[in-house]
Amino acid sequence: MEEKTKINRRKFITISGIAGGALVLGYALLKETKLGELVNMSGVDAGSEFTPYIIIDRSGKITLMNPKAEMGQGTYQSVPALIAEELEVSLDQVTVKLTSGEAKFPDDQQMTGGSSSVNTNYLPLRTAGAAAKEMLVKAASEKWGAPVTECYAANAMVHHKPSGKSISYGDLAERASKLPVPKKPALKDPKDFRILGKSSPRNDIPLKVKGKAVFGIDADVPGMVYASIERCPVLGSKLVSFDDSDTLKIKGVTQVVKTDRIFFKNHYMGLAVIAENYWAALQGRKALKVTWDNQGLDKFNSKDYEQSLRELSKTEGLTAHKDGDFDSGYANAAKKIEALYETPFVSHSPMEPMNCTAEWKDGKIEVWVSSQGAAWTRDEIAKALSIPKENVKVNMLFSGGGFGRRISQDFAVEAASIAKAINKPVKLIWTREDDTSLGPFRPPTFSAMKGGLSGDGKAVAFQHKVVSPSINATIMDKFDKSKVDEDMVEGISIQPYEIPNVRNAYVYSEIHLPLTWWRSVTASTVSFAHESFIDEMAVAAGKDPMAFRLGMLNKPSDSKKVLMKLKEVSHWDTPLPAGKARGVAQWNFFAGLCGHVVEVSRRKDNSVKVDKVYSVIDLGTVVNPDNVRSQVEGGIAMALTAATKDAITFENGKAVQSNFHNNRMLRIDEMPEIEVHILADGGPVIKGVGEPGLPPLAPALCNAVFALTGKRVRKLPFDLNNV
Amino acid sequence: MADHTLIINGQSHTVDIDSQMPLLWVIRDVIGLKGTKFGCGIAQCGACTIHLDGDPTRSCSIPVSIADGKKITTIEGISETGDHPVQKAWTDQQVPQCGYCQSGQIMSAVALLAKNPNPSDADIDVAMSGNICRCGTYQRIRKAIHQAAGQTIRQNNLAEAK
Repeated sequence: MEEKTKINRRKFITISGIAGGALVLGYALLKETKLGELVNMSGVDAGSEFTPYIIIDRSGKITLMNPKAEMGQGTYQSVPALIAEELEVSLDQVTVKLTSGEAKFPDDQQMTGGSSSVNTNYLPLRTAGAAAKEMLVKAASEKWGAPVTECYAANAMVHHKPSGKSISYGDLAERASKLPVPKKPALKDPKDFRILGKSSPRNDIPLKVKGKAVFGIDADVPGMVYASIERCPVLGSKLVSFDDSDTLKIKGVTQVVKTDRIFFKNHYMGLAVIAENYWAALQGRKALKVTWDNQGLDKFNSKDYEQSLRELSKTEGLTAHKDGDFDSGYANAAKKIEALYETPFVSHSPMEPMNCTAEWKDGKIEVWVSSQGAAWTRDEIAKALSIPKENVKVNMLFSGGGFGRRISQDFAVEAASIAKAINKPVKLIWTREDDTSLGPFRPPTFSAMKGGLSGDGKAVAFQHKVVSPSINATIMDKFDKSKVDEDMVEGISIQPYEIPNVRNAYVYSEIHLPLTWWRSVTASTVSFAHESFIDEMAVAAGKDPMAFRLGMLNKPSDSKKVLMKLKEVSHWDTPLPAGKARGVAQWNFFAGLCGHVVEVSRRKDNSVKVDKVYSVIDLGTVVNPDNVRSQVEGGIAMALTAATKDAITFENGKAVQSNFHNNRMLRIDEMPEIEVHILADGGPVIKGVGEPGLPPLAPALCNAVFALTGKRVRKLPFDLNNV
Repeated sequence: MADHTLIINGQSHTVDIDSQMPLLWVIRDVIGLKGTKFGCGIAQCGACTIHLDGDPTRSCSIPVSIADGKKITTIEGISETGDHPVQKAWTDQQVPQCGYCQSGQIMSAVALLAKNPNPSDADIDVAMSGNICRCGTYQRIRKAIHQAAGQTIRQNNLAEAK
């Protein structure tokens, strides 16, 4: 995603100002300033770039603005914690509010993805907290006529050491807000952290155990009606005609309107049934008679498409990366192996189906939504309705899962368009069937692998050729097929294995289906091929898979650290009893680095059980260790579902899977025990948390299955009951 | 359309509604209790789990007429202040991630413990396998149920810290 790199390029400065007697402090984006530079707002036109994150009013109420969507990854705690740490408040003393796509917050910051929420905000938001604290301390010292050095902040108060007196932030807010903003506020020494680096309870959990957390689907707008949209199951079909006479006979149904689902350059026509309640809308939808022109797309099926990828894998492709001379290295290798690995389309299937509530009033639209980015929602709706961005208000509510699906705003645009068409507030809810079968999907990748070994079992040549459709090709107006799509070869050229002759390549394949980012993106599939094939090479070399990997990691690297730690915590060198086996894999990619050792066993009925996963995630600096463990546990469950449950397959142009009965998810009885270890040496690097747990799971599992059964899994998904 | 009397969390509601409307939509959109969630509509995911006369029931797949006159408990009704032992254990173990499925998970767990105060792992598998959690919180759900049952658990995630 382009957004990921843009976030890093952002330059922030801090600005202070007065709003109704409150201290308001934050970061603004100004082109000519440098990171960390602080600007006094007095006499400066705040303009549209004023971005307050901290609001302290006279009553002492402290509000922290959180630009990141909360979809389960814990940023409702971990992002405001960055401010609270330096501001010397605890999270139970503040109100956390999600930003709403306001222009005063940077757009890129109001987009959530790429495991970037904490690492891109770590210094900017701590700096905002530290600056506000310095101003509050200075205000108290002036009020008391005491030296600043005798004053300190703690627990939302400023204290005077010699006298023991103290004053609340609320009582200092007005005075503090008139002070100049410190140019470079001192940040705390990490050894003094109260919140960061410690397992802290998540402040959204009390709401979530009481059923009080408000998700997008829970929005309630007075006078709202409900909508369900009939779209052609053959993606890309055109609406020819429809008969809604039976639909309109259903009690509660009020009207039927045409809709356009906009997925980037693709448009999918539909018919929205509007009703006084959702049940009536669903009944009305079933009663519609629609004629579609399938445009020949009903000939599409997975079997043929997979075969076309296999054919393409025989072509040379575009070179993505080169080390040494692969051709001669491979030709001269004492032992050569090759294999083709295959992965499928999968759905995101967050538990909360896509939905959005929208109200159109006087040329302006207001929406209530579970989205991965208020800025994305705002921009896509503004574009579709041809209205200025300022006329779109996005109320961000909790997301019942995202996993990349809620980056695309097709559902929000549908709701906004319907609200405008019927001039009434409307709640659009996709059914689970819509969610499962209409995409966007994670694209499949096939990987053609070649490996060459020397006589003494050293890797001398390696090739990973990815064959796949492209997310970028489906979403960009112009896609250059003559260049490697770097997103589709994610991570295959940055694994630190020391192999002298490498040629990685990419072969592009056309597809008409909507594709998008899925938690950990292409790393979730290419890692399976890459790390499984490394295992195949170890077997061919007659070496232990862990020793073979470490043998190619002589220089220091984070991957080496992860593998060394895994070796220790998984007791790799202690043989397992008969009927049990283990496998290892690691993956280093844009979001971070994690490795797993998976232990499996045979049941009496010959099925394979996933017993335990030892996991090591490399972070550098950690903000909330318990939440990191949660994320790795969840990543493992999601990757295990993708590896061993159902793919999305197509017959006659339609997705075969429709709901959780045939697009099955991992359930509690299939969950392995998970033990997570965090590598956090406190260095300046902060790696991502949300995604890295996924990529190494499938290869570590399949390597364990090979060790147990002698059967090499090269196609996902596979059935643990039938290995 | 017909009058149906629903006793939800001890309170009686009479609603004039299509008898075939699933109980889920009545609870959410007619009564206005939003803690019970829509996940699949076909009783496959458990997000809509409520108690009907004490039994865990998928409210998305039963018509409102079946619930007429019966005692319905939703997530909002299991405790006044959110301090039911299961809710407390869920908080201690930091179970929820996105949280969308957790009302249903908690309702299934409360029903399990009401019938079996000391469930084994196998009992938990049977009682809880109707509830999907896409975030993968199952390991913590298992620990939380054991905690709520008063069993010794190996570790409290927060107490462990650092």
